[in-house]
Amino acid sequence: MNTTGRKYAFYGSILIASLIAPWALSAYQTQLAFLWVMVVFALTWDLVGGQMGYTSFGNVVFFGIGMYVTAIIQRNMHFDIEEYVHVAGAVETLKPSEYLAGLLSGMGLGGIVAVVIAAILGALILGMGMRGQYFGICTLGLTVAAGELASGWEYIGAGSGLVTPVFPDGLGERGAFFYYIFFLLAGVTFITLKWLYSGRFGLAINAIRDDEDKAEAMGIHTSKYKIVAWCISAFFLAIAGGGMGHLIGFIDPTEVAFAGATFGVWMILMAILGGKGTLWGPVIGAIIFHITQELFWTYLFGWQRVAMGALIIGIVVFFPLGIMGWMRERWPERFGYRVEKNSVLNASKGGQV
Amino acid sequence: MSYQQLEVRSVCKRFGGVVANNNITLSVPQGSIIGLIGPNGSGKTTLFNSIVGYHPIDKGYIRFEGREISSMRVPKIARMGLLRTFQQTHIYGKMTCVQNMQISVPHTSGGFRAMFSKYPPEVTDKAESLLEFVGLYMKRHLMAGDLSFGQQKLLEFAMALMNEPKLLLLDEPTAGINPTLINGLIERLKRTNADLGITLFVIEHNMRAIMNLAEHIYCLAHGELLTSGPPDQIQNDQQVIDAYLGAK
Amino acid sequence: MDGLQILFSAPIFSLQLIIDGILIGAIFALAAYGMALVWGVMKIINFAQGEFVILGGFIVYTLHKAGLNLFLCVPLAVVALYIVGWILYHLIIVRIVEKDLFISILATFGIAILMQQLMNQLFGADVQIVESKLDTWFFFDGNVTVLQIKVVGFFIAIVVGACLTLFMKKARLGQAIRATAQDARAARILGVDTNKVYASTFALNAAICGAAGALVVMTWVIQAFAGLAYTIRSFMIVIVAGIGNVSGVILAGLGLGAAENIAGFILGTEFQAAFVFSLLVVILVWRNFKLSLKRRYLK
Repeated sequence: MNTTGRKYAFYGSILIASLIAPWALSAYQTQLAFLWVMVVFALTWDLVGGQMGYTSFGNVVFFGIGMYVTAIIQRNMHFDIEEYVHVAGAVETLKPSEYLAGLLSGMGLGGIVAVVIAAILGALILGMGMRGQYFGICTLGLTVAAGELASGWEYIGAGSGLVTPVFPDGLGERGAFFYYIFFLLAGVTFITLKWLYSGRFGLAINAIRDDEDKAEAMGIHTSKYKIVAWCISAFFLAIAGGGMGHLIGFIDPTEVAFAGATFGVWMILMAILGGKGTLWGPVIGAIIFHITQELFWTYLFGWQRVAMGALIIGIVVFFPLGIMGWMRERWPERFGYRVEKNSVLNASKGGQV
Repeated sequence: MSYQQLEVRSVCKRFGGVVANNNITLSVPQGSIIGLIGPNGSGKTTLFNSIVGYHPIDKGYIRFEGREISSMRVPKIARMGLLRTFQQTHIYGKMTCVQNMQISVPHTSGGFRAMFSKYPPEVTDKAESLLEFVGLYMKRHLMAGDLSFGQQKLLEFAMALMNEPKLLLLDEPTAGINPTLINGLIERLKRTNADLGITLFVIEHNMRAIMNLAEHIYCLAHGELLTSGPPDQIQNDQQVIDAYLGAK
Repeated sequence: MDGLQILFSAPIFSLQLIIDGILIGAIFALAAYGMALVWGVMKIINFAQGEFVILGGFIVYTLHKAGLNLFLCVPLAVVALYIVGWILYHLIIVRIVEKDLFISILATFGIAILMQQLMNQLFGADVQIVESKLDTWFFFDGNVTVLQIKVVGFFIAIVVGACLTLFMKKARLGQAIRATAQDARAARILGVDTNKVYASTFALNAAICGAAGALVVMTWVIQAFAGLAYTIRSFMIVIVAGIGNVSGVILAGLGLGAAENIAGFILGTEFQAAFVFSLLVVILVWRNFKLSLKRRYLK
C-alpha cells in the first residue's frame, strides 16, 4: 500500500508540474513543447533501438512522413493548391475550427500512413531477417533517400519546402497549445510502452535483442514482433511530426522533416544517454539532453553539432549503459535482481541439485 | 513397435567438399530416449541442425509426426513441437531467469491478442516450478547472463521444457555441468521423459551417462551411421571402440 | 525522362556517361577496398569512411590553395590521413574493437558526425574543387569529351590499388593483417601483435581514403556533408562483391560509377543522390530476399 501510494504521489506531482509548467515558465512555452517531442523521440527510438536491439537511423523518416501528410491535409482541405504554393502559404488566416480539423485529421492520417509504410518497409527489411550493421546502414540510406526524394517532389514543395498555415486567434497561445498536444502525446506514448513492456510483447522483443537465433529456435514469431514494434514507433513519431510541422511553421525536406543530422541523431543520443532498454531512461535522457542542448546553442555558437558528435562517441565508448543502465548495474536489488534465499516451493516439491 | 515420431531417411549434407552427413537413416519412436554418439567431427551436431532447420539438406528427407519438414524453417518446426538445445548455451542474457522462462511458452498462435497479452499467474507458477525442478529457483530473479555456464545450461533445459515440446533434441546436456550433479541431471531427464511424456534425442560424450539414460543408441563416425543398438550392445561393439580410439 | 530520349536518339552520349562513370568508379572502388579491409580484419563497418575521403579532399584543396603542386599534395594527404587514422584508432577504435555491434556502429557513426561537422566549421559548407591545368580530349567530333585529369586520377587509383594488393601479399605486415582477418585469436597465439595490426589496418584504411579523397577533389567536387554518400557507395560495393574479393570490388566500383552516372542523366541530377541511397536499400533487401527464400545458413 505504501509503495502504491508513493507511486501515485510521484506520477501525480509529475502531472501537476507538467500542467502548470507553461504558465510558470511562460517565456519558454515553445521550448517546453519541444521537450515533450524529444521525449517521444527518445521513447520511440528506444523501443526499436534499445528494447529490441536494432540500431536504427531511419526512425526519423516516419517523423517526416507524419509532418508532410499533416501539412498537406491541412493545405488541401482549406486552400487552393496552386495559389498556396505561389504565395508560400500566407493566403488567409484559418478559423480555429478549420485549423483544428485539419491538424487533427492530418495527424491521425499521418499516423496511419506512417504505420502502413512502416509495415511495408518492415516486411521488406526486418521480415526478411536483415540484422545488425546491415540494418543500420539500410535505415541510414532510407533517411537520406527520403530527404532527397522529398527535395525533388514538386507536389510537396520540393527543395523549397512547405509552409504550414498561420496559427489562428482563438486557440490560446501557440506555444501553450502545442505544449499540451505534445504533453498528451508523450504521456500516451509512455503509458502505451509501459503497458507493452509489461507483457509478452516486451519480453519477446527483449529476447530478440538478447539472442535472436534462440528466439527463432523457440518458435517466437520474430518477424511479426519486429515489424509491429517498428510500426508502433512509426505511429507515435508521425503524430509528433504532424504537430511539429505546424509548430515550426515551415517544413524543409532535409533540415526539418527528414532531419537525419539533427533529430535523427538526437533521438539516439537521448536514448543511450538515459539508458537504452529501460522505460525511464529515454525520458531522463531527453530532459537532460534538451536542457544541455539549449546551453550548447547559447555558448558554443557554430560548434554545437561538433560537440554532438563528440558526445555520441563519449557516451557510447565510455558510458554505454546510460544513466538508468548504470544505476541498474550499481544497485541491482533496487531493480528486483536478487537471490531469494528462502524458497517457498522447496518444502513442497523437494529436489535439491 | 511404437509409433515413429521422427524419421530421418538417407540424409546427406555436405559443406563444400566435406561430407558431414552421408546417407543417414534413423528413427525415434514416440516416448523413447534415444542416444546419438560419435567421436568429434562425426556429424552429430550437423544432423541436429538439419533436423531442426538450420540449413538445407542435400538429399533424403526428414519427417516429424508424419509431416515432411526437411524444407521448413526453424521457427515453424519449433512451433510444431520439435525443439533443440545448444551445445554452447543460448539464453537471453539481459533478462531474469523467470522472464527467460515466461517468454519460452509455446508460441502456437501468432495473433495480435497473444502478442499483447499479459502472463497469467499459471504461467509464472509453471515457470517457477520448472526452475525449482532444475534447481534454479533461488536465482530466479537474477539476470540469466550472470549465471555460471552450467546453470545457464540448466536454465536452457528448463526453457525447453516450458515450451512443451513433443520431441526434444539435447546437444551434450552434461557438458560443462559439475560432475557431481550429472547423476541428478540424468534423473531429471528420465523424469522429464516419464512424467511429461517428452521424447528425448540426446547427443552425449559422457559414455556412462548415455548408457544409463538411453534405451537405444546410434553411433556416427566420419559422417556415416556406424551402428546402432541397445546400450550394452554398443558398449561392447568393436567398431564403436575403434572409432573412438581412432583405429580405422 | 527527357534524358532517356536523348540517349535513344544519340547513343553516343551513353558512351560519354559510361566513360565518366568508370573513371569515377575506380575511386569508389578504392574507398570500398579500404572498407572491406577494416571490415574483414576488425569486423567493424566504418560509418566514417566517406568522411575520411572528404577530409583527404579538403587537405589537398587547402595545400593546393597554399601554392603546392597538385600531385605533391596527393602523397601528403595520404600521410595526413594515415596519422588521423592512427590517432583515431588509439583514441576510440581500440575501445570498440571486439565489442558488441551496437557500440561499433554508433561509435563510428559518432566519428562520422564529428568529422562532418568539424569540416563544416573549418572549411565551410561550400562545394569545393581543385582546378588542374590539364587539357581535355575530344572524340567523335567533340561529342565525347574526356578530361585528362580524370584519366590521370583513374590511373593513380589503379596504381594505389595494385600497390596495396602487392603489399598485402608480400609485406610482413600485410601477411599479419591477412592472418588476423582469418582468425584473430589464432594469430595472437602465434605471436602476431593484433593490437598493432588493428592500428595499422585502420590507419591504412584512412590513408587509402585519403588517396581516394585527393582524387575526388581533382576530378569531381567535395563538400563537407558529401561523405555519407561515399560510405554508402563503399558499403554497397563491398556487399555486392564480397569481403576479400579484390577483382569483384573493382568491377562493382566501376559498375556503380557508370550506373550512377546514367541514372543521374535519365532521372535528372537532383535525383542522383536519391538513386544511390535507394539502390542501397534495394540491394540490401534483395540480398535478404534471396536468403529468406530457402533455409538459411547460420553464420
